[in-house]
Amino acid sequence: MSLGPDDVKNIAHLARLQIDESQIDGYASNLSSIIDLVEQMNAVDTSDVTPMAHPMDLAQRLRADEVLETDQRDEFQKIAPKTENGLYLVPKVIE
Amino acid sequence: MYHTKTLSELSAMLQAGEVTSVQLTEHFLDRIKQLDPQLNSFITVTETSALAAAAAADEQRKAGTAGPLTGVPIAHKDIFCTRGVKTSCGSKMLDNFESPYDATVVEKMQQAGVIMLGKTNMDEFAMGSSNETSYYGAVRNPWNTEAVPGGSSGGSASCVAARLAPAATGTDTGGSIRQPASFCGITGLKPTYGRVSRYGMIAFASSLDQAGPMAQSAEDCALLMNAMAGFDTRDSTSLDEAVPDYTAQLDQPLKGLKIGLPEEYFGEGLNEDINSTIQQAIETYRSLGAETVSISLPNTHLAVPVYYVVAPAECSSNLSRFDGVRFGYRCEDPQDLEDLYKRSRGEGFGAEVKRRIMVGTYALSAGYYDAYYLKAQKLRRMISDDFKKAFEQVDVIMGPAAPETAFNIGEKASDPISMYLSDIYTIAVNLAGLPGMSIPAGFSNNMPVGLQIIAPHFAESKLLNVAHQYQQKTDWHRKIPGDFE
Repeated sequence: MSLGPDDVKNIAHLARLQIDESQIDGYASNLSSIIDLVEQMNAVDTSDVTPMAHPMDLAQRLRADEVLETDQRDEFQKIAPKTENGLYLVPKVIE
Repeated sequence: MYHTKTLSELSAMLQAGEVTSVQLTEHFLDRIKQLDPQLNSFITVTETSALAAAAAADEQRKAGTAGPLTGVPIAHKDIFCTRGVKTSCGSKMLDNFESPYDATVVEKMQQAGVIMLGKTNMDEFAMGSSNETSYYGAVRNPWNTEAVPGGSSGGSASCVAARLAPAATGTDTGGSIRQPASFCGITGLKPTYGRVSRYGMIAFASSLDQAGPMAQSAEDCALLMNAMAGFDTRDSTSLDEAVPDYTAQLDQPLKGLKIGLPEEYFGEGLNEDINSTIQQAIETYRSLGAETVSISLPNTHLAVPVYYVVAPAECSSNLSRFDGVRFGYRCEDPQDLEDLYKRSRGEGFGAEVKRRIMVGTYALSAGYYDAYYLKAQKLRRMISDDFKKAFEQVDVIMGPAAPETAFNIGEKASDPISMYLSDIYTIAVNLAGLPGMSIPAGFSNNMPVGLQIIAPHFAESKLLNVAHQYQQKTDWHRKIPGDFE
């Protein structure tokens, strides 16, 4: 299966990745060869196989819904690109 | 000199009072300063905090409260969060990131009294097999500085091989401990999935990632595993299994050990010279009383295709947290929120990371889930079942860790597929969640060759025992690259 420049642009948009126009063709060719590699999977009939999500078939462990973390907002926001009054700043979303 | 000793020997010297932790730490810091410019194996060297911790370790020893690892210096892969110390994961995205907390592995090492010398270079977000995708530049192999050290734990492998640190931590998602250990001629252990906590270890592919030790010998790895392994409530995939003393079984004789040799690991694509080196290692095991059995892992050829669905899918979801809002890189002058996301991620991530995010995004996009991710999970079970069947007949499985020795820097950089295939013998082990090791087994054209040993879930003690017995008979693991003696 081969991916064209428009496919790459669409995937990059879904992944929220800016890709330079000059690199689109390069990615299209790389991604196509990776998809070709992956499609070797299709040669095998797996209709009777149960999918394996965990190497030991274990489910995710759950815990009681208790507050365990202390408030460390100041420390976490020290490393943020932009904050104000304890809030993370991003460009205006609603006019 | 101190650097020619194994971590176990240094531990004994510290206990006997023949050396202090400050002396050891200074020695290794000096070596890093002098020799690392040739290798680029460190991203950050934490000299001041290392010397302070070493002094404290010496006090602890005087007070009689020291353990076997108290005062031993090691390096951490820069994928582990270290409080107040830059944690880059080899990426521009995290070049400005100082973690507000420690990873469990780092914390446990600290509690054991281990001194951190610094943080080692790695492929960006652990995605690579050559350490060439690092934002901080390629790492060099001390056996030939034109060659790659392997990846993604390339800095850890290179610095241990060059004796700039007695040991280092690594992580292994598809071979990232074993393949560089093989390329650099050191001993590396990837534990059972869930054995070592992933808390504070920057996530790549959560159903595959596992941390482990990289050192000179199996005995060293056993000592380090005693400190690293264990259940952690902060990692939801950590497994609540008792931690044995990994050094306890090292000396067991191997008489009657059944070694499985998968025909698929010795077929087409394996370098002839590596094959004969591995055969010699297997002959040594026979001389130790082991029996060999020819086995088949018939779905081996599917491991790489399955991995390149599962790993990118999980990475595309894990790496969505890097959004330029809460931490890490943010682009200049974002025009709107979408521009902020797209340019922060586009500028912050390198090409290989972007490739894998896009493959994963594609595989998980509407209408493709069944064809890719679900199909891969089904094949993952078939690959895992191959191992289950094999372990009904044999105790361990052996083969090469990689189809070739370390290739040259730049040789595969433009061809992702040929790079991916350098993990052909290691990837299936991650898909099945099994523990695996690479140990030095000789040389081919003056470059190290690694023997891979694979064991059933939670059989790390057996694995270390099997590796240790070989290292009592051979001295490949004691070889030091000429320019770093």
